[in-house]
Amino acid sequence: MPTTLTTAPPITRPAATPTKRTARPRRLEALAAVAMASPAVVLLFIFLIVPILLAFGLAFTNAQLVSPRPMRFIGLDNFTRLAGDTVFWASLRNTLYFAVVVVPVQAGCALILAMLVNAKIRGRNFLRTVYFVPAVTSMVVVSLLWRFMYQPDGLVNKFLAAITLGRWEGIDWLNHPTTALPAIMFMSIWQGVGFHMVIWLAGLQTIPLELYEAADIDGATGWNRFRYVTWPGLRATRTFILVTITIATFSLFTQISVMTQGGPLDATSTVVFMAVRTGYEQHSTGYASAISLAFFVLVLTVSAVQRFLTRERP
Amino acid sequence: MTATPQSPTAGPRATPARPLTRRAAAHTLRAGLVLFFAAPLVFMAVSSLKPDGQIFSDTGTIKAFLPIGDVSLDNYRGVFERVPAAQFLLNSILISTVTVVAGLVINSLAAFALSRMRWRGRKVVLSAIIATLIVPFETLALPLLWWVNKLPWLTANGFQLTLTTGWLDTYQVQILPFIANAFSVYLFHQYFTSIPTELDEAARIEGAGFFTIYRRVVLPLSGPAIATVAILTFLPAWNSYLWPLMVVQSEDLRPVMVGIQYFFQLNVAWGQIMAYSTMITIPVLALFLAFQRSFVNSIASTGVKG
Repeated sequence: MPTTLTTAPPITRPAATPTKRTARPRRLEALAAVAMASPAVVLLFIFLIVPILLAFGLAFTNAQLVSPRPMRFIGLDNFTRLAGDTVFWASLRNTLYFAVVVVPVQAGCALILAMLVNAKIRGRNFLRTVYFVPAVTSMVVVSLLWRFMYQPDGLVNKFLAAITLGRWEGIDWLNHPTTALPAIMFMSIWQGVGFHMVIWLAGLQTIPLELYEAADIDGATGWNRFRYVTWPGLRATRTFILVTITIATFSLFTQISVMTQGGPLDATSTVVFMAVRTGYEQHSTGYASAISLAFFVLVLTVSAVQRFLTRERP
Repeated sequence: MTATPQSPTAGPRATPARPLTRRAAAHTLRAGLVLFFAAPLVFMAVSSLKPDGQIFSDTGTIKAFLPIGDVSLDNYRGVFERVPAAQFLLNSILISTVTVVAGLVINSLAAFALSRMRWRGRKVVLSAIIATLIVPFETLALPLLWWVNKLPWLTANGFQLTLTTGWLDTYQVQILPFIANAFSVYLFHQYFTSIPTELDEAARIEGAGFFTIYRRVVLPLSGPAIATVAILTFLPAWNSYLWPLMVVQSEDLRPVMVGIQYFFQLNVAWGQIMAYSTMITIPVLALFLAFQRSFVNSIASTGVKG
């Protein structure tokens, strides 16, 4: 359909009217551009902008997913209910706990892996591939597999028993309030670390080799090379990795849904898991929108703070 | 531990013994990590070939990672008897293919208009698109669920068109929301901006229209960007779980990831679960191994510009 608009330069050109000659192709260009951009813009409007606006609007109503009653504006009722909801506070605490542990550990381990496979060694492509394979495996599959491995008589306990010569007593990782979330953290890092290794690796390769050579001439050793060459060279990558891991950890849902359903005793319930439970299982769209909005504000605040802390200093 | 231990300038200062033990330690670490990342997946694939009793008796020994003993494809047969696995696979293939192909066309068209054509409002549209990148899908999922339940759809029944309301339990609800993608538009835009505009001008002089320039000049030069967007759209489409969990009820329309729920009804058969997991992982793994360089480059490219 845009082809019909793109017969731009007219062959018959009356030399006397230069203004018309530039004006018409301009307008055609604009028309063609709008035609080409509109499919994406319209779809983004319907499925991205409208839901964002709806999240704000519905949070102040008693909207139900399927409801015979008409929707009503109820002011801040959803938010006062949220403030008194112990499951929400538990979910928020779990989400923050998960983020506070996973963000630095996953980013740090990914950087160590990236430096290990960035060295000129034989088989480094093989190593990169193996470290990366969990990251292309679906989180659903990974969660299922680890749910199996975390069983009392599962692989993890058997392995721990083997390396402690039988002194390890198996524990039911996912059924204890204290071990369930750490077990999910460990698995999530196992799955995601290869992904961020690749991003660090790309960052490492943008650091000019001459800088390392200069550092060698100055007699810089391992740690100083890292401290004064590698680390400053990774500033842009660092900010990006920090923000993406943070958003990913805040969005924790799949692992919970597959492995624990929020239990035991809400010890693994997260903000997104709770929102889904409220909005989908209990059909309370209004309340779920309020949870989503709180979640969105949290994500925005944290990434703004991170950008501020990692900003370029003179 | 940092790179290039064989760098010649490092020689005179470092004692020769230290780098050697260090290198040995690094090698051991690398090998240990291979086991750490590969072992669970090997365990999954191997267990999918064993009966449940043997899976449990093998854990704790090295046999858990070896396809020995009573090895057969029984679990795979069981999977197809228990769930409509072929239907789930077809659904996922259909959904992810349509999402990827339509996404490539629509997002690259928009990026072309935004990067290589002059029109009023393009800066506003571009900044609006970039601003939405910060919004995680999870925040929108529930308002979107409510919204798609209200959307109309035209169904053709022979020559009769009927207007229905609500998209729940359809293919389109799993495809249409994910075709246009702000991140894809952004990636294409970044790439298109790096292609010299002199090429367009030359084509314009030859009489080419904008669509022709898009198709014959810009797209043929954009192989890496196309690969990147294709991979970054395919992975979440194939792996999607939260959204289909909410919007699809009927078996005929379910994608693979949601299919796992069936294995926890009645008796839990872990051998079958491992077989199903292996089965839905293999297509992605095969694609990854075939296009490894593009995969890695595409993920690396997401971080460079940040």
